[in-house]
Amino acid sequence: MSTNKQEWGSRVGLILAMAGNAVGLGNFLRFPVQAVQNGGGAFIIPYLVCFLLMGIPLLLIEWSMGRFGGRFGNHSTPYILDTMAKGRLWKYFGVFGIFTNIAVAAYYCYIESWTMSYVFHSIGGTFSGKSQAEVAGFFNDYVDIGVSTTGIPYEAVIFYIFCLCLNTWILSRGLSGVEKVAKIGMPLLILFAVFLAIKGLTLGTSGATPEHPTASAIDGLNFLWTPQFDSLTNPKVWLAAAGQIFFTLSVGMGTIHCYAAYMRSKQDIALNGVSAGFMNEFVEVVLGASIVIPIAAGYLGIAWVQENAGFGMAFQTMPYLFQQWGPILAVVAGVFWFGLLFFAGITSSLAMGTPWMGFMKDEFGWQQKKGAISFGIIVLILGLPTVFFYNYGVFDEYDYWAGTVSLVVFALLETVLFSWIFGMTKGWHEINLGADIKLPIILKHIIKWVTPTLLLFVFIGSVITPKGNDWAGAFSRLGSEGWTLDNSSLIKQLSNAGIKEEIATIQNPATIPALQQEADAIRASMEAETDLKEKAKYQVKLDKKLGSIATVSDPGHLEILNKKLTYIPFARFMLLGLFIGIAVLVYVAYNIRVKQGRNTP
Amino acid sequence: MNSSALTIMLLAQVTITCFTVYFFFTVLRTPDKGEDDFPPGP
Repeated sequence: MSTNKQEWGSRVGLILAMAGNAVGLGNFLRFPVQAVQNGGGAFIIPYLVCFLLMGIPLLLIEWSMGRFGGRFGNHSTPYILDTMAKGRLWKYFGVFGIFTNIAVAAYYCYIESWTMSYVFHSIGGTFSGKSQAEVAGFFNDYVDIGVSTTGIPYEAVIFYIFCLCLNTWILSRGLSGVEKVAKIGMPLLILFAVFLAIKGLTLGTSGATPEHPTASAIDGLNFLWTPQFDSLTNPKVWLAAAGQIFFTLSVGMGTIHCYAAYMRSKQDIALNGVSAGFMNEFVEVVLGASIVIPIAAGYLGIAWVQENAGFGMAFQTMPYLFQQWGPILAVVAGVFWFGLLFFAGITSSLAMGTPWMGFMKDEFGWQQKKGAISFGIIVLILGLPTVFFYNYGVFDEYDYWAGTVSLVVFALLETVLFSWIFGMTKGWHEINLGADIKLPIILKHIIKWVTPTLLLFVFIGSVITPKGNDWAGAFSRLGSEGWTLDNSSLIKQLSNAGIKEEIATIQNPATIPALQQEADAIRASMEAETDLKEKAKYQVKLDKKLGSIATVSDPGHLEILNKKLTYIPFARFMLLGLFIGIAVLVYVAYNIRVKQGRNTP
Repeated sequence: MNSSALTIMLLAQVTITCFTVYFFFTVLRTPDKGEDDFPPGP
């Protein structure tokens, strides 16, 4: 049934679609936060080293695997992997390349729908005149579907479904639809980001107010870029850099394989792959680093950024900051910011739909429309729990297992398959077939030895993350105290240790008095401090501590934690069901192939 | 900005911009292979 004859309309379209697949919300939100938390300017060194030793090799592996599979009429990872190795098991490892995309799309489209909604609210002036706390509260109301911010009931659900319908419609138009969105979306995204980056870089101290007298965008840039070379010896920084490179390039998902499978069999992958990779790096390091941190530090001060830098800033803080630019620029900046996040999101979510569609067309002859609609329905079924039970951990659970663990596992497996089973002699030939640039031969050895080793470290690092992510301390205490796992480690995640610990802390009657005591100590230090910047730091710490006391005292929070313990297994059940379902389809497809005499070698 | 932060920022951003522009313009200047040569599936 190999009649999948679609192909890319142009080389630029392919590169923009690939870059659009890689460029996501993480470029603007995850990278600056990771840099801030891992040595500031020194983070860029391990980051670029990992880009060269892991990012570029993985891109080349996935592009060449995809093009190789496409030559045999396979457009999704189960049978791309099957084509490359003997043994019946590989196609089931390839299930990851469809599973991850559907599961990630389920919650990713929800974030995408927030960006759509926030464009609408920015134009409508919803955030005008609101305080910082009110803008943050607006987001909390928005994701609490029982509350309507506009009077439209179930607003978040409506935006989610609309966003999903838009994705499904574009996907139903095939590769040409995806290519068109990339050709429009990527230049617009860069244009919007350049505007905001210029604002961020030129803000200086103009955002200081009596409330935040020490606010300075320059402090934000200093904080982000001042090198702390001693952090280079910390394994945590290297693991964070490797993780960032891994997630930013969208490797280990199966989307690159699928896109590359629609290339012509001798079309260049070396130059195309490297070009798409660098385009992603440009958006991340040049543009992504110049928006959120400097703008936030420019209005709220560096102390606030140090304590609060994270994903939530995009929706809970940025709309408030844009209001400081006056009514017209606030609308323009809101549309640009959420518009660029929307384009970053949709170019990625469209990529997530193509492996499923490719698989169903290759194996069961489903046409584009049927494939797209079925993708939309599965994502809707899987995604609605993330919308309805957002506060109960379903969203985070999908993100952890599908958006984090699965990627690393699949990337490790495909690298071993490519380098060791398919073999580097054939693999290197495949990478260089039709290449428009000459790749250095050292890459061949890096792909075989260094990339899988780095991936193995990333995987082991996530399984046995030590307490506080303090690797140096954990190794030094190994002999005396043994290895204490952090709650973010895979092993502890499995047993929901973090939630159970939080429940125990809340139920402990000594917790609130202890927090009060800490708050009093911070208050006393703040009052004794004369330096304004140091005073601001204490103020942020005090606000955070008072926030913790309010959370611990709130009986509703304990109820949410207890509900999480119920909903998290449900989320895992949904994910497991999806994986098994796809594996069954792969098995059925295999039997059809055998009957038709077209089973792969 | 302090000089070490400025140096690292400019070094990283200029290097990445140069490589991005170089590779993208090389793509634009290099003609794509025209033949459509999908062999039949196995």
